Amino acid sequence: MTSRDLIAPLAVAAVFCVIPFLGLDGALLNLLIFMMIIALAAQGWNILGGFGGLASFGHAAFFGTGAYATAILQTKAGLGAWPSLALGVALGAAVGAFIGFLSFRSGLRGSYFALITLAFAEVLRIASNSAEITGGAAGILIRLDYGFWNLQFEDRRWFAVLAVICVGLSLVLVRWMERARFGARLIAVRENEEAAKALGVDVFRVKMGAITLSAAVTGLAGALYAQNYLFLDAQVAYGSWISIEALFAAIVGGLGTLFGPLIGAVVLLGVGEITKSLAGGVPGVDLVVFGALLILTVAFAPGGLSGLAQRLGFKGGRA
Amino acid sequence: MLTATGLTKRFSGLVAVDDASLTAEEGAITGLIGPNGAGKTTLFAMASGFLKPDAGSVTFAGADVTATPPHLRAEAGMARTFQIVQPFAGLSVRENIAVGAFLRTPSRAEALARAEAVGTRVGLGPMLDRAASGLTVAGRKRLELARALATEPKLLLLDEVLAGLNPSEIRDILPVIRAIRDEGVTILMIEHIMQAVMNLCGKVYVLSQGRMIAEGPPARVCEDPHVIEAYLGQGAAARMRADAAGGATHA
Repeated sequence: MTSRDLIAPLAVAAVFCVIPFLGLDGALLNLLIFMMIIALAAQGWNILGGFGGLASFGHAAFFGTGAYATAILQTKAGLGAWPSLALGVALGAAVGAFIGFLSFRSGLRGSYFALITLAFAEVLRIASNSAEITGGAAGILIRLDYGFWNLQFEDRRWFAVLAVICVGLSLVLVRWMERARFGARLIAVRENEEAAKALGVDVFRVKMGAITLSAAVTGLAGALYAQNYLFLDAQVAYGSWISIEALFAAIVGGLGTLFGPLIGAVVLLGVGEITKSLAGGVPGVDLVVFGALLILTVAFAPGGLSGLAQRLGFKGGRA
Repeated sequence: MLTATGLTKRFSGLVAVDDASLTAEEGAITGLIGPNGAGKTTLFAMASGFLKPDAGSVTFAGADVTATPPHLRAEAGMARTFQIVQPFAGLSVRENIAVGAFLRTPSRAEALARAEAVGTRVGLGPMLDRAASGLTVAGRKRLELARALATEPKLLLLDEVLAGLNPSEIRDILPVIRAIRDEGVTILMIEHIMQAVMNLCGKVYVLSQGRMIAEGPPARVCEDPHVIEAYLGQGAAARMRADAAGGATHA
């Protein structure tokens, strides 16, 4: 990776860093933070599902683990917010490695792999809904206490900046991956496992690397979520909503592209928000729009929005 | 370089390869021929580690590799091509070859440079930046060869790289294969095109219904009655002899 490769991701991150200071009101600032969290979760999904071709229906397992670990370590173990966040990411990655080890060792692919991940996420959701350590059905609250070391900011613009920085880091990570041997091997495994093996690629190891990285990034999204809303329950942490939003954003934005998940998250949530404000109180109307967008993408722009942009002659996206 | 001893593979009731042995001498081109369904590709799959033999062993460069998975055999210097070509369809030709080159270098720049060199050598120079999915059959066969070569193998297992090519394409690629051998790469090839086998191979093995029925220099093997019968049916050798004798009396 050369320094030129970093220009695009850093420039995009810098632009998003400025947005909170453009005089957004509270609701728009919240929307921006939420977009960044979804973009991060979707980037995690994209590493495994987009670059690796291993579509998961259970990224909630990593998101929820990152979220719960961050919350529990602070409230029950008395750890600081920053180390809790770091451990949350590590534990998310560990859950990824565990699920990956079991699935890939037995050679699961395609819909079988997708269903296994869904099953793990559901088991975690049900277990955390009754376990004592997660606060059961009542959920878990992180005490409100502003301060940098508590990762809570009275001025929410700073939390938005933090979320943007995390998205920026994920962009740099994925750009590195695209340029590294690991990325080339991961794409080779996606395109043709047998041929990859013949060329000396250790397929199992590559997939393990992909799911661990993927889970770490999505775990970070969960940790930020917990820190932003200061409240978690099983439905929020391990619910299938996040698995679906992560894969929606990645697919609509463009599978296996650097900026796809970010574009997808911004467009989906932006359109969802606009519909909600237009349609007033009709519940679930934004989900209808999500579905329509997904169908349109798959039918008319298989490369997602960044693939479409490229076809129309813009540079970027898949650089 | 490569020795297979007593390899056997059964697919439920069917014995695909039955107690077959062969040796690929270092620095030579060895051929493996036989009628359709003889088990040549199955034998190849066992040699390269894609299938586990039910019996027998494979040694490569002096080490027993019978239980070694394919990617480690590739690392040790064994490369194979696939009869049914397996390109990474979503990648460019250059990127396809680079995946092979990455086996010997972690650097992207170096892998891409090597990919370009190898690609140009097998005649893919003008196609390097095209999508692999857009290649013709001949192009894909060359891509298989280029990817395998990019791993810098000691032994190259070629599974019908000439099948589906027209005579002029074959004429173009024969010198490439010979040049690879001249650089010290041992080659074991499955081939149907006898012109190529006669042209390239110092020694051929003939597999029929899973068994080795003949081995030796190609010219001698072609006259072996067992081989003729394997291809043309029982009694064919005797009929041909009779026809030849009959022809002589007419003359």
